[in-house]
Amino acid sequence: MKLFKIRGGVHPDDRKKLSANKAIEPMPMPKLLRIPLQQHIGAPAEPVVRKGDKVLKGQLLADSKSVISAAVHAPTSGQIMAIGNYMAPHPSGLPIRTITLKPDHDDRWIELPAEVDPFTLTLDEIVKRVADAGIVGMGGATFPSAVKLGLRKRYELHTLVLNGAECEPYLTCDDRLMREQADDILDGIRIMMHALQVEQALIAIENNKPEALAAMREASSGFNKIKVINVPTRYPMGSEKHLVQTLTGKETPARALTADIGIVVHNVATAHAVHDAVRFGRPLISRVVTVSGGAIQQPRNLHVLIGTPVQDLLDYCGGFLEQPSHILSGGPMMGHPIPDTKVPVIKGFNGVIALTAKETAIRPPMPCIRCANCVTACPCGLVPLEMAARARNGDLQGAVDLGLMDCIACGSCAYVCPAHVPLVQYFNYAKGELTLRQRAEHKQAETKRLAEQRAVRIEHQKKAKREAMMRRRQEAARKKAAAQTTETEV
Amino acid sequence: MKITVPIIGGPYTHETSSINRLMLWVMLALLPVTAYGLYLFGWPAIFLFTVTVLTAIIAEALSLWIARRPIKPFLLDGSAVLTGWLLALTLPPWAPWWVGVVGSLLAIVIGKQVFGGLGQNLFNPAMVARVALLISFPLQLTTFVAPHPLFAAGSPGFMDSLHVTFGHAAQLDGISSATLLGHIRTQLSQGIDLSKALLNQPSLTQLLWGNTAGSMGETSALLILAGGLLLLARRIISWRIPVAMLATVAVLATIMHMLDPLRYPDAAYHLLSGSLMLGAFFIATDLVTSPVTGKGQLLYAVGCGLLIYVIRSWSGFPEGVAFAVLLMNALTPLIDYYIKPRVYGRTHRGEPIQYADEATSKKS
Ligand code: SF4
Ligand code: SF4
Repeated sequence: MKLFKIRGGVHPDDRKKLSANKAIEPMPMPKLLRIPLQQHIGAPAEPVVRKGDKVLKGQLLADSKSVISAAVHAPTSGQIMAIGNYMAPHPSGLPIRTITLKPDHDDRWIELPAEVDPFTLTLDEIVKRVADAGIVGMGGATFPSAVKLGLRKRYELHTLVLNGAECEPYLTCDDRLMREQADDILDGIRIMMHALQVEQALIAIENNKPEALAAMREASSGFNKIKVINVPTRYPMGSEKHLVQTLTGKETPARALTADIGIVVHNVATAHAVHDAVRFGRPLISRVVTVSGGAIQQPRNLHVLIGTPVQDLLDYCGGFLEQPSHILSGGPMMGHPIPDTKVPVIKGFNGVIALTAKETAIRPPMPCIRCANCVTACPCGLVPLEMAARARNGDLQGAVDLGLMDCIACGSCAYVCPAHVPLVQYFNYAKGELTLRQRAEHKQAETKRLAEQRAVRIEHQKKAKREAMMRRRQEAARKKAAAQTTETEV
Repeated sequence: MKITVPIIGGPYTHETSSINRLMLWVMLALLPVTAYGLYLFGWPAIFLFTVTVLTAIIAEALSLWIARRPIKPFLLDGSAVLTGWLLALTLPPWAPWWVGVVGSLLAIVIGKQVFGGLGQNLFNPAMVARVALLISFPLQLTTFVAPHPLFAAGSPGFMDSLHVTFGHAAQLDGISSATLLGHIRTQLSQGIDLSKALLNQPSLTQLLWGNTAGSMGETSALLILAGGLLLLARRIISWRIPVAMLATVAVLATIMHMLDPLRYPDAAYHLLSGSLMLGAFFIATDLVTSPVTGKGQLLYAVGCGLLIYVIRSWSGFPEGVAFAVLLMNALTPLIDYYIKPRVYGRTHRGEPIQYADEATSKKS
């Protein structure tokens, strides 16, 4: 298949060798699981269990109550120790609502429905099963997958793209999953194709993963609507919109979804979860996590229950070779530092990466020397140096005018900047600040609207009162007049 | 409102690049032509080069100290050394020491620090100094000597050379020699056409190797090209500026030469003489003062080439690289303002792309 070029991009050292040849291994059962109620984009799930309850593996712990949300299930059987606040696996480390589960080590499943043939289900039933299983985008985006599978209702779709690019350095969890469980992934893909009613599926894999490529090719042979495509290794190939452009040559219009050009993108690990959920009714309670980085004693790919503390993973991998300078969730390009190793693994964690100072290569920032490396590297056609200059001076509108909202925060610009200008930090700051301001403005507008409504209401009441008074007076006057007439008549 | 950058935000890996590495590569690229220039013009050139570079470093340190900015990181970035270095390469090799001192002071203080230091200057500092010197001290800046290679017979020794650089300059009269461009200019103004003016002048091969009178680091087109290719290979500069600039001059020279071969030298003479090569690979490509987009760079380089040709052919000055680059530097902000890459998912005018053929796939 003819591929299309994307602009910009970078070639970071992929460092995948550290863990690529380690088969996925299950972790021993942790002592405690901490299961946050918001592991996805959207509203937090609402708990349906109470402290002290005994739960079975796969039992619903918290339900999604709004359109964009995802349910949360018990990763093993045990007792609910607490429902409270716990440090979030997010750079801020702010507490979020979390259920603490003490495993009973029986690992007893809740009664699961009998295996079904997904192709006998209605499309809505499939989407419902995916929603009930609490599946979210497992490439790190954590958008509720059921919502994406329901896009058929609003868009004419023709293609499902499976993102197996795994373009972030170090990460090998998707690679391993494709090598080891290609058939299950393929089943998931077929189920998703059915749910979306698309004509074809394209599985995109970067060419630095020949084994995964071969495995997926073999699994998909015989399905002529499913093609495995070898895409060039280049960051950010895994960016949804850029992957679609590579495959189709089409850019997704600004501020729109890939669905606007008829394409839906899902991660390969998500396909695997869909297979489990739709065929067997098993909810998403675990995932594969790559533990790697130069500071890790034995890099590995682990099959981890959601809620397992990061510290357990690190311990299982033999701890540190040297004190890491950063521990990240996700890859080094777009991952986030975790505030503490006691935070739990959540559905969107594809890696725990402990980097040495040498690997992060962080240097004190110097002034921009206008070398234009960032301009060349930006896959979105932006001029990062100027956006950053505006953001630094607090000119947020200026940054927006230059395309801040089209920036996908991929970090290619900062990666190549010889002055080590923290470009992405400026962009993140500006985006955050804008959201805050918009919220504040919204609030202000809302207050104004309410005040106006109130004024109108009061005005109405006054008017009504006045009219009532007038009426009463007139009435009184009429009565009086009538009385007078009667009097005169008398 | 200034912000303090929060400590979070990626990426947590980085290409092995830094400003000093970049500057070091540029210096490495300049090394062959510099070494050759120093050899070709002997001790006086070595003295002038040393004085110029040292002054640049001292001026940078003093400026930083006065502005209360951290001295060490900025001195170590190598930009001041490079500015002094480039300036020295454009000076007549036997110019007196104070030309280098004044030049470096102008370059660093007026050309760079007044604008706010590294990355903030609008104009190429070395060219600011070069033009200021040319206007203030035309005699010293246009007195060139024929090659006097180090240790060759007839070349001044160490002590004599101290006199050349640090003594009173008058004694150069006897051995001064015009550059090719200067010579052509004078001859043409005296009504002598090129068929005669070019007799007994350096041949093209000589210009290529650089064994001629000229500025310290501008004579050898070949060695400059070698350095330029290194920068291209390291992707420190893009091909756009040198190629577009040289091509513009070449095309104009060819056209004019065809129209009037007796007044306008052909493209080869233009390309191989004067500051054009150094300008195209090392001066106009200065990162800070050239546009940041590909198209912008093309426009800028064509502008430089055009101005150089015009100044060389029809102005009172035999050479125009410095003027041309400064003029185009002044336009750089404008070029960067108007020429921007097309943003992903948008048309050139910034509207979201609309696919006419299949409408959008949104179901109504
Ligand atoms: S890469 Fe860095 S130094 Fe170069 S232009 Fe961009 S921000 Fe400036
Ligand atoms: S982070 Fe934004 S500006 Fe930087 S390269 Fe990526 S898309 Fe471009």
